[in-house]
Amino acid sequence: MRKSKALLFEMSRPGRQGYSLPSLDVPEKPLDELLPKKAQRNEPLGLPELSENEIIRHYTELSTRNFGVDTGFYPLGSCTMKYNPKVNEDVAVLPGFAFMHPCQPLETVQGALELLYNMEQGLKELTAMDRFTLQPAAGAHGELTGLMVIQAYHRHRGDHKRNKVLIPLSAHGTNPATVSMAGYEVVQIPSDDRGLVDLEALKEAVDETTAALMLTNPSTLGLFEEEIIPMAKAVHEAGGLLYYDGANLNAIMGYARPGDMGFDVVHLNIHKTFSTPHGGGGPGGGPVGVKERLIPFLPVPLVDKKKNQYYLDYDLPESIGKVHSFYGNFGVAVKAYTYMCMMGAEGLKQASTDAVINANYLMSLLKKTYLLPYDRICKHEFVLSARPQMKKGAGAGDIAKALLDRGFHPPTVYFPLIVEEALMVEPTDTEAKETLDAFAEVMGQIAKDIDQDAEKVAHGPYNTVVGRLDEVRAARNPVMRWEKKVD
Amino acid sequence: MGGKHYLPLTDEDRRQMLAVIGVKSVDDLFSDIPSEVRLQRELDLPPALAESEAIEHLNSLASKNKHFHNCVSFMGAGVYDHFIPSIIKHVTGRSEFYTSYTPYQPEISQGVLQAIFEYQTMICQLTGMDVSNASMYDGGTAVAEGAVMGCGSTRRSKALVSRSVSPFYREVLSNYFNSRGLDLEEIPIVDGHTDLSELEKLLGEDVASVVLQQPNFFGLVEDMDGVADMVHNHKAVLIVSADPLSLPLLQSPADYGADIVVGEGQGLGVPASFGGPLLGIMAARSKFVRQMPGRIAGETVDGEGNRGFVLTLQTREQHIRREKAASNICSNEALVALGAAVYLAALGPQGMREVAEQCLQKAAYTLEKITALEGFEVVFPGNIFKEFAVKIPGKPAELNKKLLEKNILGGVDLAPFYPELENTMLFAVTEKRTREEIDALVRELEGWK
Repeated sequence: MRKSKALLFEMSRPGRQGYSLPSLDVPEKPLDELLPKKAQRNEPLGLPELSENEIIRHYTELSTRNFGVDTGFYPLGSCTMKYNPKVNEDVAVLPGFAFMHPCQPLETVQGALELLYNMEQGLKELTAMDRFTLQPAAGAHGELTGLMVIQAYHRHRGDHKRNKVLIPLSAHGTNPATVSMAGYEVVQIPSDDRGLVDLEALKEAVDETTAALMLTNPSTLGLFEEEIIPMAKAVHEAGGLLYYDGANLNAIMGYARPGDMGFDVVHLNIHKTFSTPHGGGGPGGGPVGVKERLIPFLPVPLVDKKKNQYYLDYDLPESIGKVHSFYGNFGVAVKAYTYMCMMGAEGLKQASTDAVINANYLMSLLKKTYLLPYDRICKHEFVLSARPQMKKGAGAGDIAKALLDRGFHPPTVYFPLIVEEALMVEPTDTEAKETLDAFAEVMGQIAKDIDQDAEKVAHGPYNTVVGRLDEVRAARNPVMRWEKKVD
Repeated sequence: MGGKHYLPLTDEDRRQMLAVIGVKSVDDLFSDIPSEVRLQRELDLPPALAESEAIEHLNSLASKNKHFHNCVSFMGAGVYDHFIPSIIKHVTGRSEFYTSYTPYQPEISQGVLQAIFEYQTMICQLTGMDVSNASMYDGGTAVAEGAVMGCGSTRRSKALVSRSVSPFYREVLSNYFNSRGLDLEEIPIVDGHTDLSELEKLLGEDVASVVLQQPNFFGLVEDMDGVADMVHNHKAVLIVSADPLSLPLLQSPADYGADIVVGEGQGLGVPASFGGPLLGIMAARSKFVRQMPGRIAGETVDGEGNRGFVLTLQTREQHIRREKAASNICSNEALVALGAAVYLAALGPQGMREVAEQCLQKAAYTLEKITALEGFEVVFPGNIFKEFAVKIPGKPAELNKKLLEKNILGGVDLAPFYPELENTMLFAVTEKRTREEIDALVRELEGWK
């Protein structure tokens, strides 16, 4: 059953080809006349030589060795692996979207600009922000853009002593990494015993060096930060700004808006909340929205409208500049916009409602067998601890591998860091009750298996195309490319 | 209500589930949101559309745009109308690939992981580098992160960037550097090429890296002879932004001594999509791997010795290292990289060479024809690959307007980026342009003004 799959390079046979090109129809000049010898390539290209049908079979087989949302339940916490509607894929490849050059004259891109404009209006309403840029290509890219905007705002006011950004311990890893990229120092704020940001600790940490507080609400524990108003007040009074990591906006659409909570800057993950596929790692999209006073610092260009003509506005003298070569992942925006059109206000709110019902329901089922460190109403996700199972010999990572054997994608493991042996479960809005029931049953079964033979569970998975892979070996002796074996 | 076909819970399901949770109503599940921040009205968004209505709406938006299928494009500047073989969308359209997340669970993600490993290998073959990552967002962010990497590996804080590097990339680079408090200085150009004698003067012990582009933004082939030695003599790092489609013909960056190769991979079968999603290429010599941003797939084995692939060297990454990570990048352009790998596999060494040769020949033919016209002059002497700058007898916007009447997407106006280059346009000619299309362009230019 188990086997490795040959690499394209190992399948290669000299002389095979998977393409056809028309013959050159302009008069051909000698190569040396067009390119000096010393500028020419000396070594062979070393690419594989294959026919088209071999390539298709190769990738078809690879696809069967891969698990997606279309394969099955994918409760990967924080990643919002909801269903990716098929119509989105179809419209994004319309030639009028997919085959446009970013430098085309404005009169030839009116439909694209109208789409971006409409999308911005929708995002503003959903978040209570005043302007958006769709330039950031991913969530982390949005974070960096947002911090750059905050930095430009402080610098513009001559406020140069603000060199720290506060983040809760439960934050996504991208938050502290982004803070460093923007040249700021990280100040970590602990959580209280309810799993929420410790308000007193926050109040103590804010001062005239605070540039911003970065916060996800609901948090990575899936809990709504109930004290958001006093938190916002504390940061604002010290002259800092509030940054909203929108990774979890999918829990509260139509219920609450970051702009109404006091946030000054938000980024959204359109590959999470707005159903665009994650592509095995990307492309995503990370639009950034800001309140009025920060608009002057947004990246250029912004999309605007004058007398029913859409245009790209570069006239933003205080702008941070650009964060992407062009306008961001337009093709991803087309999919997200289509989703928003089809859901409407009621549908988006229902998506949040169902995400929260599904999470609380699954939490109710699972807390019978797994430790639930913060036992309260959650939003779109919740975090279990496999500490009791670990004591018996199989922890969160082993439970994840056991789930692979039973046809489920595991939850996120070992994150957030504030929960030992964490299992972070996000069922999303697009799953049926029967799926959650089946998952809970399997999770119960795995807990029983650990009671009976933890050793066996600790050595899984058993039914996958390869067994548990040695990640330590991969890191110690990194092999990051294929190389031709010399006989 | 909109979107019902994506929401499987029925009213009866919800009732049962609320009972199991132990709450009376949905409202109880949102009672943790303080009333001051609760939205007290419904969202004000356009009414939901049915699938057929959504398709019609999106079709009508798309139909307002011109594109490569109803126009003949000579636009370049980093994004090109190269031919895209059908096979690519059939591979990237397999939903086991496109509906998966970053491959954190390798045993059920061998498809994506092996595809990335193969992609990395192909990028290494093209560039001559030892290691490639799984992709960056685009050429601009790849250049910026490459320069940040140069600072990290040399523990110096200044980069020198040639003015012949794409202004789109330089804007992103300058933004990244400004935010992080790093210094950036421009290397002047002479006749469209990097001024190497000026570069020599600018180099010093504070310089971490030198960023060049090959072919450069004007389509010119830079003379790389001796550049790496000059840079290395000052213990700085040579970063080159390369067009992967030029590499079958041009000397490989490893061959002329580059340390880090970045670039835009859109030409590798990626739809232009109004400038995104694109494909940021990032490759380097092995000694830089610890500073490299982003995902890297690596080979390993399972307990029985079967070969498999995992994400490796993750201690560089944000989810492990947090504020000490090499970069904050998490999502990348994995599916685009998959498509690029399919492109490279389909074209193979022979096809890649043919594409590059056709670009070279057709661009040369076009340049010769255009500059033979009265009033049109070549701006920079030198060797080109697939694009070139031309001085025209009038305003680029006006010429483009005239060309558009014939469904030709003309060139890119250079004045917004290089104020000294008034009435100058950058034309790109890919392998896809036919002699007939090129001659039609030339006919339109003839006698203009």
